[in-house]
Amino acid sequence: MLPKIMKQGFWTAFLYILPALLIIILFIVYPSFNTIRLSFLDERGEQPAYTTCREGGECWGIFENYRYALTNPDMRIALRNNALWILLMVPFTVIMGLLIAQLADKVKYEPVAKALIFMPVSISFIGAGVIWRFVYHIQTGDNPQIGLLNGILVAFNQDPVAWMSNRSVNNYALMVVGVWLWAGFCMTILSAALKGVSKEVLEAARVDGANEFQVFFRIMLPIIFPTVLVVTTTMVINILKIFDIVFVMTNGNFGTEVIANRMFQLIVTNTGRSMAIAVVLVILTIPVMIFNVYRFRKQEQER
Amino acid sequence: MKPFSRLNKIFKKLPVNLAIIIMCVMWVIPTLGLFVTSFRDRREVRNSGWWTVFGIGVEEVESGVEPYQEYCASCHGDDGRGVEGVDLFSEETIQNYPRANRLFIYLREPIEGEPHVRDPQLPENPSDALEIINPIYNYLTEVEEEKGWLNRFSFSNYADALVGYKGTETYLQDCQENPDQTRYDCNVLSDLTKPGGMGRAFINTLLVTIPATLLPILFAAFAAYAFAWLDFKGRQWLFAILVGLQIIPLQMTLVPIARLYVSLGMQDTFLGIWLFHTGFGLPYAIYLMRNFIGSLPKELFESAYIDGASHWSSFWKIALPLATPAIASLGIFQFIWVWNDFLVATIFLPTSPVLTVQITNLIDPRGQNWHILTGAAFLSFIVPMAVFFGFQRYFVRGMLAGSIKG
Repeated sequence: MLPKIMKQGFWTAFLYILPALLIIILFIVYPSFNTIRLSFLDERGEQPAYTTCREGGECWGIFENYRYALTNPDMRIALRNNALWILLMVPFTVIMGLLIAQLADKVKYEPVAKALIFMPVSISFIGAGVIWRFVYHIQTGDNPQIGLLNGILVAFNQDPVAWMSNRSVNNYALMVVGVWLWAGFCMTILSAALKGVSKEVLEAARVDGANEFQVFFRIMLPIIFPTVLVVTTTMVINILKIFDIVFVMTNGNFGTEVIANRMFQLIVTNTGRSMAIAVVLVILTIPVMIFNVYRFRKQEQER
Repeated sequence: MKPFSRLNKIFKKLPVNLAIIIMCVMWVIPTLGLFVTSFRDRREVRNSGWWTVFGIGVEEVESGVEPYQEYCASCHGDDGRGVEGVDLFSEETIQNYPRANRLFIYLREPIEGEPHVRDPQLPENPSDALEIINPIYNYLTEVEEEKGWLNRFSFSNYADALVGYKGTETYLQDCQENPDQTRYDCNVLSDLTKPGGMGRAFINTLLVTIPATLLPILFAAFAAYAFAWLDFKGRQWLFAILVGLQIIPLQMTLVPIARLYVSLGMQDTFLGIWLFHTGFGLPYAIYLMRNFIGSLPKELFESAYIDGASHWSSFWKIALPLATPAIASLGIFQFIWVWNDFLVATIFLPTSPVLTVQITNLIDPRGQNWHILTGAAFLSFIVPMAVFFGFQRYFVRGMLAGSIKG
């Protein structure tokens, strides 16, 4: 691959890589180790964590901050919520993306439709939070509703719902925002994959009498399955880190707390715990990474 | 073509078209609501949903005519001017009662010893009374001399947002009525760049985003060239490690860097945030650039070398110009990412807030200022949306670069 005549000394290559290498070491490698180190210290990063143990209470020694990250009630709610997001929102988003990708393929105004659905990607999460807070707004008393959803409910003579503070719906309300934001992303990638399926195979199937459902489920889906997996794992990783939406819409109140928000809230008040939460976050993403690498390698082998 | 076969075709495609159209509508409506609201007068924002601009749900307003006739018209007349010196439909009158319950409290006060509303009287029970007052109130606030959707269209929300207005009226109104009040200069240029407003935040965002986009591209291009076309020991595994670092989330690197900056006196500086974004974006950038530069035909470089070019000149004259598509994709991706970022900006640049941070600063916990928030939100969308729609192709390409497998 490399033209043999272009050999050069080690130092030339080093100089080209140096700026990037330096920055990466300084801004990614060093802080990561430091975060781990801080997770074993107390709230100001000075004394070791076991100094924060209280008399008569449970104590995990140097892992005291991890005890907080895993057993504290607020964290438990956060962990549960992230799991809920992963189990509900991710499949729904991927399926939505797949559905829209496939349907859009069949209409003439496909580029317009796809652009509209993809558009939320260009909006900041904060902006999306403002948009949807407005949709979910509830007006108390007898004043007219100005939020879209409650406006519709009231028009049908139902009671308005406090989407953001009502614990039985608020997590799902937030998930809807997530789907709105990410379905376009999944759709774009899956659409490219769908279009990459060889036309001859599809034609042959149709000639053999398969209807559209069979073509989609029995032929296209299995072929693009690796891409579906990549999209799903990417989404899982994004959702584990989800922060901005929850922060700007509910700030984690009313039972909507998520891991990254907990970490943010604690950064200044209790650094040790905040860092432990960050480490837990990374640990949670490791299985997904390993899965990704495993699949990647499997494919490289199959090539 | 037979007449029915055309119809048949349309009919067959109907479910698909319907499904797609419904989904597109559902996707656009939330943003549309915000957009429409950003142009509405702030009192209307508080009192009626944005869909009434299109005439939906306006029956609520018209249903106020009857109670008005029943309770108010006997003294105030049909046009609201029956009582000397009082015009019920004028703006000054309505301004005194931002909500229907205020009006209700006022109406409870007797006038000259007699109840205000006397013939018939308002029910004693407050919620029954409010049921009557609400439609009347809506009627009073909505009806005007020249009604029409152009009527209450205003840019005042945007003006308020740009300036970071925190008063009770609107910025434009304040400047018109009391030009001597000291909080705003009422001079376009100096007010647009006032620290608390979106105008200033816009400038800050530009100052953050542009270098934070250019720097990673530059450094990644150098490194990518080396990984693609220079041979040195350990090139494979070093590349694998650098690219693998993509997995490390922001949360792992935030705090130590922030602490480092504080100890170096660099906290809250632009340089600090540029470097942070560069560091975070490099692994992906190197991956993207290397794949592209590596796919350029080797004959190009070979012939350059034979002609006596050094690595430096073949980098600048061959690799970089030909890598423009990758640079475009990377640039747009990074630009939108940095522009929309909130977490990094709020921690590393708290006193020169960028657009996203400024929006959170403008949020009024009492929920009274939707009109400003909508304008502010849209101000933050304009640029990334424009970039997105204009360069969608490159954006998608950048995204797909790592994702298509199989």
